[in-house]
Amino acid sequence: MNAVVLRRRIVDIVALVLATAATLFGLVWLVWILLTTLIRGAKAVSPALFTQMTPPPGTEGGLLNAFYGSAVMILLAVVIGTPIGIAAGTYLAEHGRHSKLAATVRFINDILLSAPSIVIGLFVYEFAVRTVGHFSGYAGAVALAIILLPIVVRTSEESLRLVPNTMREAAFALGLPRWKLTLQIIYKAAMTGLVTGTLLALARISGETAPLLFTALGNQFWNANLAQPMANIPVVLYQYAMSPYDNWNELAWAGALILTVFVLALNLGVRLLTRKVFKR
Amino acid sequence: MTELALHPAEAGRVLAAPRGSPSDDSAPVPHKAHWGDRLFEIATAGSAWLVLVLLGGIALSMAWGGRLAFKTFGLGFITGSEWDAVGGHFGALVPIYGTLASSAIALVIAVPVSIGIALFLTDIAPRWLRGPVGIAIELLAAIPSIIYGMWGLFVFAPFLAAHVEPWVNDHLGQWPVLGPLFSGPPIGIGLLPAGIVLGIMIIPFIAAVARDVFNAVPGGIREAAISLGATRWEMLSRVTLPYTRSAIIGAIFLGLGRALGETMAVTFVIGNSHDLTGSLLMPGNSIAAAIANEFTEADTELYRSSLIALAFLLFVVTFIILTLAKLMLLRIERISGKTN
Repeated sequence: MNAVVLRRRIVDIVALVLATAATLFGLVWLVWILLTTLIRGAKAVSPALFTQMTPPPGTEGGLLNAFYGSAVMILLAVVIGTPIGIAAGTYLAEHGRHSKLAATVRFINDILLSAPSIVIGLFVYEFAVRTVGHFSGYAGAVALAIILLPIVVRTSEESLRLVPNTMREAAFALGLPRWKLTLQIIYKAAMTGLVTGTLLALARISGETAPLLFTALGNQFWNANLAQPMANIPVVLYQYAMSPYDNWNELAWAGALILTVFVLALNLGVRLLTRKVFKR
Repeated sequence: MTELALHPAEAGRVLAAPRGSPSDDSAPVPHKAHWGDRLFEIATAGSAWLVLVLLGGIALSMAWGGRLAFKTFGLGFITGSEWDAVGGHFGALVPIYGTLASSAIALVIAVPVSIGIALFLTDIAPRWLRGPVGIAIELLAAIPSIIYGMWGLFVFAPFLAAHVEPWVNDHLGQWPVLGPLFSGPPIGIGLLPAGIVLGIMIIPFIAAVARDVFNAVPGGIREAAISLGATRWEMLSRVTLPYTRSAIIGAIFLGLGRALGETMAVTFVIGNSHDLTGSLLMPGNSIAAAIANEFTEADTELYRSSLIALAFLLFVVTFIILTLAKLMLLRIERISGKTN
């Protein structure tokens, strides 16, 4: 074989090997992090996790109040953010598809999507905590809603656009007003996309810590009043993992395991669901 | 066809994906507007406006909240390195340097790895492997950042301290010019560990965009290269990469934007020290970590204002970086829209 061809072939093989190694490099971290969470978390998971409150250092306890607070704030964030997000996505995909406003909103929405979540937390602190005078579950939910919003805008526009135009034409031919067409036909046709978008956004905000630090803060005790500071899983994990107390660290790993399983299960579940839908 | 954005990594994937197919792009319009239509349009357009208002509101409120710090310290807020909560003197050089340095380390790690992964997923891996491996890489982006932080603090930092940093000290630490960057106590906490963790976290974002734009390269020009006798690497390095250059730069900027603003994972491993240090092995601080750590403890108006001023700087920088990313990605969207 001539030297040039040989050299080219060797370079080729080296490049392919390096690319494969890069992929393995990426996967190693995933496995390492998941195994750590699984092993350390499994040791600490117990029924008490779901029946007892967050304990003071050195005593037994669970994470019940934090689970409750997280669930309530996440649900409230979804309730606030999803309708607004879908409405904005509807504007981008339907009424304003070619307008200047839509182009600007698309651009800004993509930036909001990647904006540092800690800044969003501070923003909500400035207008919902400082003005009221104390931290609250409401403020936490609003901060989560702001993180959720751009994701829902994005996914709902994408899924509405997948609805074929022939459906719109057929509805217009029958004399249906546009709002009825959108509400009764387009949304129905795009339902899977809208739902999966919302579920993914929900998965994303479940693990968000930074925006809750200065809004919901945390609460060592049971609190169902959204106007008061509220315990939540991410902030408890932060506080407990950073602490020097062993029992707090253990609780943090138990919480971490449940959070990770929840988030990854949602992500994978949504993927399987949509794959089925798009294959049809 | 535009693929549905299904994942946190959609931030990047979707940025690169072309919107709708060009032939099917004009939504039909009915003849006359119904009153219900007008109402519906106002409601949806209002929601769209809200996105703009939010971004503007965030920028304004950070500028407003930080005005006291900017007024008090002027330019010294950025150039001063003294962060003294008791004396009420705040210079943000240390967290600014920490944010930039850790993000730079993250890029050094993530860029080659992500491009390698993208090449693997588009050209090297057997077809049946591409889906599962792609999903696994994207799951890296789904893991909450606090989990990265806990893993970083409890597992990765001790590992670095025991196995990697002594070696770094002995070898890289002896280098003539860069040596001081790599010498310091092997404690596993500091700018280097923070940068490595950040690098892992942004790999899925860059890789996802890169994979999508590689896939968008017209088959014809790739096949042309192969038919001229190019090896697979030659096709990638001389056709695919040049063709997608601006989008790859966009993807890198997107990853950079993520790295700059990442909070929790960094807070766990960066050390939260306000001492200016020339070593990457020493504890440092980042803008986001300083805010996360100190904001609830900030007891004076000036202290709080200084932290919000930091947030303002962070927001402005990430806004610029993400805008550049988006512009780069729009460019390839236009190009591939023309050629497809």
